[in-house]
Amino acid sequence: MNPEIFRILVVDLTTGKGQVRKIDERANSVGGSGLAALLFEQYGDPKRPWHDPDQPFILAVGPLTGLFPLMSKTVSSFKSPYHDQYTESHAGGRCALALRFAGYDALVLRGRAASLSCLSIGANHLQLQPTGFMAGMDAMATGKLMRRMFRKNSGHRSMLRIGPAGEKGLAMACINVDTYRHFGRLGGGAVLGRKNIKGIVIQGDDNFSLPSDKDYSSLVARVHAMVTDTDMLRKYHNLGTPANLQTLNDISSLPWRNLQQTSDPGITGITGKRFADETLLRNGACAGCPVGCIHIGCIREKFEEKDNRYLYHQVAYDYEPIFAAGSMLGITNTFDVLRILDVMEKVGVDSMSAGVALAWATEAVDKGLLSEKETIVSLQFGKTEGYIQAAQLLGTAANTFYRLLGRGTGAAAKQYGGVDFACVLGQEMAGYATGEVFFAAQSLGFRHSHLDTGAYSYDQKHADKDPQAVIDFLLADEACRCLLTSMVSCLFARSVYTEEVLSDCLRVSGYADMVENLTSCGREIRARRWRLRFATGFRPEQISLPKRFYRVKTWKGPVDTGYLDLLKKEYGNRIAALAASAG
Amino acid sequence: MSIKILTTPHMDRCIGCHSCSLACARLVNKKISWETAGIRIQSSGGLSSGFVARHCLACDPPPCAAVCPTDCLRPRISGGVTIRRKLCIQCDSCVAACPVDAISRDRTGNIYLCIHCGLCVDFCPHDCLEMQSIKKEAGEEKL
Repeated sequence: MNPEIFRILVVDLTTGKGQVRKIDERANSVGGSGLAALLFEQYGDPKRPWHDPDQPFILAVGPLTGLFPLMSKTVSSFKSPYHDQYTESHAGGRCALALRFAGYDALVLRGRAASLSCLSIGANHLQLQPTGFMAGMDAMATGKLMRRMFRKNSGHRSMLRIGPAGEKGLAMACINVDTYRHFGRLGGGAVLGRKNIKGIVIQGDDNFSLPSDKDYSSLVARVHAMVTDTDMLRKYHNLGTPANLQTLNDISSLPWRNLQQTSDPGITGITGKRFADETLLRNGACAGCPVGCIHIGCIREKFEEKDNRYLYHQVAYDYEPIFAAGSMLGITNTFDVLRILDVMEKVGVDSMSAGVALAWATEAVDKGLLSEKETIVSLQFGKTEGYIQAAQLLGTAANTFYRLLGRGTGAAAKQYGGVDFACVLGQEMAGYATGEVFFAAQSLGFRHSHLDTGAYSYDQKHADKDPQAVIDFLLADEACRCLLTSMVSCLFARSVYTEEVLSDCLRVSGYADMVENLTSCGREIRARRWRLRFATGFRPEQISLPKRFYRVKTWKGPVDTGYLDLLKKEYGNRIAALAASAG
Repeated sequence: MSIKILTTPHMDRCIGCHSCSLACARLVNKKISWETAGIRIQSSGGLSSGFVARHCLACDPPPCAAVCPTDCLRPRISGGVTIRRKLCIQCDSCVAACPVDAISRDRTGNIYLCIHCGLCVDFCPHDCLEMQSIKKEAGEEKL
């Protein structure tokens, strides 16, 4: 690893040839989010549509990837099929370490393979293998087949793949990473599908010398002890993020039945503890992270009526998927939630988007806007079997309705009616009906993600209404997170990687120059991403919030319409100012 | 006398974080990698099936040392081997001789295998790894 220079593998899928490029931009672009933006500036065209074969699909890791614990995420960037604008999606698994140990800071895919293919890369190999026989194959079966086809480096490779949803070009198609993690949101799966890429194998088969600083190994040990010997990250591996289901329900902030409620006694069936007690099979971890926050549940099904013939599946769960396939659909049984998620995993749709979309469709049926002519199956809140079938129909774009729904709930609502109750905040909402700050923040956030900022946390701690303080918080928090996603750290580690610790890590790893400008780096990367977003068409004033969000009642009482509109306007203005700032 | 070897009695607790491999590469072999390590973690047929650790099982006598033409690998008391890297001619005989695929090579042909130092143990968050004492009297075969 050269601290000064990025090493990038650029693959032209049209020819099947690759080229290693070295870019001297480390000081300004850092890695991860910053590097992804730099590469999109170089290889992307803001004006051409997302499905243009020349638009790049980018994976980027950071300067601390492989060097410190929890530096375990990969940033993907692309022009999103959801809104045809620049975006990022982040994933864990083994992808980050595999890419680092293959010797690359980033992978750029351009062009389009002649037929459905898998790409395999490593330190000294590049192979584009036609895999037409994988057409229509679900993401789990694809993973098994990829393991048979690309046998080298078991345990030290990462396997990315898409399901039918990606092949069909659905804007809510995800990329499955190593079975239990995902580049989930905003349609990365469709981008790969458009490029005729069914899977990517990244083999981390090289090695690098230790940083020369004698304090490097002792600092690694110190950070490792912070995350394993203290309670700082215990909440993530104990019950995990699902612990928040009960918490959010208790403060009337958990969306239920398409956000018609924010609390429900049915929570007792789907709490984090209930999932752990009933379904938790084991924990897993991303490579390089000793926390092990991945919670893998088990479903067991009898597949013959008379005899004792059973099958079992393992399904990862987290707060967000449980909200989307649980409370949002009125499902209050742990195993039923996992059964719905299992189908979403196989077809390769983002579970958050798909759950919210099906919740809207259910209410649209209730209101007579849709019928089984469109939905094919009966959709009723609380009825699992209908949702299992509907998830399959959605992920395979089974008819005109599901194809449109796969482009996004907003797109379907425009066609069929029901825009007022389409729970879309830039994209399908995350599971936080916490109040005005979160609604404004997700609707305008860079990724339209609950992880762009800590808005949902702010809502839970502040009943006062101070727009200036809110906007200042959102912008400052975004810049901090931008820095972490450029390293590329898991955001669960944000309490560990304070600016001081981050500076120490960079210093002993040979990036002393970067430390001098750390804060300004985060701000500049944030602005750089916004410039790309605006260049590809984003206009804050064009984002409108459906009426449903104005009728929510949280622990603070009914949503204050004027306050929400003011926050959204002011936040939009500040973002626009960032994008207009000189680069 | 009592000498310790690395054992992996609780691999069913393994979460696949690779902290042990990364620690071995870093502390023993002065590398950043998950390949250049004496203990390497892989899934046993996809992540759904859990994990296995590939590491030296301390054969006594060790077949890898028996085929080593330069005495780079020499039998260690109570099983396993010691390594004298400068003597290695990268013939790969040891790699082929290891019955449990515990010796890895990097791209330049250097070999890596567990020397039972135990530095990886403290980095396992779930105590999957243990150093175990092997008692051996003079002239006695290890069980």
